[in-house]
Amino acid sequence: MTQEIRFNLNGSDTVYTGNPADRLLDVLRNELRLTGTKCGCKEGECGACSVIIDGKLINSCLVAMGSLEGAKVLTIEGCTKTPQFAALDKAYESVSAVQCGFCIPGMIMASQCLLANNPHPSEAEIREGISGNLCRCTGYNAIVKAVGTAAEEGNGLW
Amino acid sequence: MKTISKSVPKRDHAEKISGSAVYVCDYPTEGMLFGRLLRSSVPKANLLGVKLPALPEGYIYIDKNDVPGTNEVWMILKDTPVFADKTVEHIGDPIGMLVGPDEREVDRLLAKVEVEYEELEPTFDARQSSVVFFDYGYEKGDVDKAFEDADKVYEEDFETGLQEHLYLETNGVIAHSKDGKIHVHGSIQCPYYVHKALVHALGMPREDVSVAQDVMGGGFGGKEDYPSLLACQAAVAAYKTGKSVRVVFGREEDVEATSKRHPSFCNYKVAVKDGHVTGMKIEVLYDAGAYTTMSPVVLQRGIIGAPGIYTIPHLKVHGQSRKTNTVPNGAFRGFGGPQTFFAIEMMMTHIAKDLGQDPVDFKLRHVAKQGDLTSTSGKHHFPVPIPAMMDAVVKASDYYTKRAAYKNQTGRYRKGIGMAAVYHGAGFTGNGERDIIKAVAQLRKDREGNVEILTANTDMGQGLFTVFAKIVAEALSLPLERIIITYPDTARVPDSGPTVASRSVMAVGELLRRAALRLKDEWVDGQEQLIEERYKHPEWMIQFDLETFQGDAYPTYSWTVNAVEVEIDTYTGNIGIVGAWGSFDVGTPIDENIVIGQMEGGFVQSLGYGMMEKMTAEKGRIRNNKFSDYIIPSSVDFSNLQVMLHVEDYPEGPFGAKGAGELPHVGGAPAVLDAIENALGVNLNKIPFVAEDVMNTLREVSR
Repeated sequence: MTQEIRFNLNGSDTVYTGNPADRLLDVLRNELRLTGTKCGCKEGECGACSVIIDGKLINSCLVAMGSLEGAKVLTIEGCTKTPQFAALDKAYESVSAVQCGFCIPGMIMASQCLLANNPHPSEAEIREGISGNLCRCTGYNAIVKAVGTAAEEGNGLW
Repeated sequence: MKTISKSVPKRDHAEKISGSAVYVCDYPTEGMLFGRLLRSSVPKANLLGVKLPALPEGYIYIDKNDVPGTNEVWMILKDTPVFADKTVEHIGDPIGMLVGPDEREVDRLLAKVEVEYEELEPTFDARQSSVVFFDYGYEKGDVDKAFEDADKVYEEDFETGLQEHLYLETNGVIAHSKDGKIHVHGSIQCPYYVHKALVHALGMPREDVSVAQDVMGGGFGGKEDYPSLLACQAAVAAYKTGKSVRVVFGREEDVEATSKRHPSFCNYKVAVKDGHVTGMKIEVLYDAGAYTTMSPVVLQRGIIGAPGIYTIPHLKVHGQSRKTNTVPNGAFRGFGGPQTFFAIEMMMTHIAKDLGQDPVDFKLRHVAKQGDLTSTSGKHHFPVPIPAMMDAVVKASDYYTKRAAYKNQTGRYRKGIGMAAVYHGAGFTGNGERDIIKAVAQLRKDREGNVEILTANTDMGQGLFTVFAKIVAEALSLPLERIIITYPDTARVPDSGPTVASRSVMAVGELLRRAALRLKDEWVDGQEQLIEERYKHPEWMIQFDLETFQGDAYPTYSWTVNAVEVEIDTYTGNIGIVGAWGSFDVGTPIDENIVIGQMEGGFVQSLGYGMMEKMTAEKGRIRNNKFSDYIIPSSVDFSNLQVMLHVEDYPEGPFGAKGAGELPHVGGAPAVLDAIENALGVNLNKIPFVAEDVMNTLREVSR
């Protein structure tokens, strides 16, 4: 069953022609070759495939293409073009918060989404905000610190 | 802080944070075949036959008959087959591989394959197993006399469970076959291990096989031995089809089929005289799973560390690893250490409690000092900084006040604080670096004066490329931008050994430092130059004898003291972490952020190992094969975790650095168990210890 699904991807109007039951994650990675969004589990548990859909942080492995009609989707590839990313990038770099990196695009999406909703989060709020994104390398301290620094340094961006 | 310790941006930062880094799963797949493994559904059986469905054109089945060389994966021994031959030895044992151009069609066809088995009686409990893979032991002093003279003897059993690496990126490789040559790249911790295995299985000349590491989403040991098997399978498929074959696991397959930390069973008998431990008899048993993989060296490290950080004059230590019909257990950060260090730390704590002493004071009275004999009658050549580190952690955690305050609680919420002190021996055990690894590292200078680092060591996220570049830049007095380092390919890098055993910075980093100093001396502007350095064994080391386990097992040790404070909800069993404090000595940190990141990440994994990560199997089938039922720490679980660095320079390491990566995964589990004991007023002997164990313990206590 092929359908045309119209949505906005990283600021560009996009038409997906295919099965509406296809996973957003697979379409991003395999059809559109946007491989910054990672697949860690395909069951909505690890957060490596996080994208922002209409302002909400969503695991793209659990999203059927058919649900995206008219939606705005932001992936890491679109995010990197924003000044908010520049602030997060600098903050993550300053504390070496990126280790293996596999969770990091998703973690950036979670950081961006958190700060967009709460520009001055407490440490506990940061921890809660990224709690759906698992990282096996860092123990999270550096990432939490980076998000806090980005919020401070990027004051006014969110 | 030394200049070199000052943090710099990580070399892999930009490509990873932007999502542009290419992991093995990110390569375009046009023209490739997708491979999926046919796996045994039974734990032990004679393999009678495989019945394939009609395969459409382009879909090909590969099995043992297609292996062009020898149907063996050469790891340490060669007992792991590339594909099952006459028997299957565990659920998930690979029987064959189906490859084809459409991944879903491969899956659909694979589901239709029928395997005929003659089932045999499996063994799941290592204690019941009659197949002993490895048997080692050693003695020190006169242990029988110590027990005869003892005024008190203690005996306890300890158990540790499986632990899954759960790197975020699953195992995956791509094998290419072209012009009679095989090239494999992927998520590979040790390219030369894979190269050795491929040459053997394919029966091809060394120069016709090459192996490269891709950007890698974590390893922790889980991609040390396993990729040798997976690469052989993909390469055999590429060899047969003449095409590129991609095998990237889904999460469930990765958890069910790849290696884990060895479960252990330990028995400790301890002789005490005048309040002091004088002797120990220790029996160690590691569950190897179905094939030997890394078990001999994991067990060696386990038994060497079995008496912990203490100087015990009289010892008898014996260890075995036995076969079970379960997934082979292999390398995992700490490599045999976390099991026995858990046991010895709990044992010492329990004895201290029985003697009416504080465990920290009791342990401090037994800690090894510089010059003391080690467990294997080698020598602690360098200072043992545990007392100073213990002091720092006691102060940071307010240990004594809390320990006293948390006695005899009765309310719903009960707090506890615990402490553990451990080491990790840096580098390969015994003479491994000299006799087996024989590392070679090179620096290549181009005409413009840029210097490329050529080693086989891999950056899995731990920051090795950044650290290597810093070492070379510092020794050459060059800006970092002039140093080049890329993901290794055996076709162009020498064999500097595997990226394991907390050896890369200490052993290979030192080769690079020496090469850089030589290059500085011999530098000629405008010329290409190649400098090579080979491993030199420290002359002062006491020769280690692997038959008797006597001598220096390691040149030096990294040390850590960990304290953990918990709050337990006795209604739900939930174990909340109030705080965790660690002091870590890994010598000079070559990059402070990177070392702290390693310590924090490892500490959290170790806490997960102790009180969270429970993996169970039912009749050989792993039940916890997903993130949703194998629970690892999230960002809200250990929010108050503080890491301090203590620096004891190691003169043979680059700028004073010693091993770092594994140390933080050794002490967290016994520290958190000690805290749980303090909260509940009990003695515990088993990890993981999770909420249901809290409830069971409370039920037993109230009886």
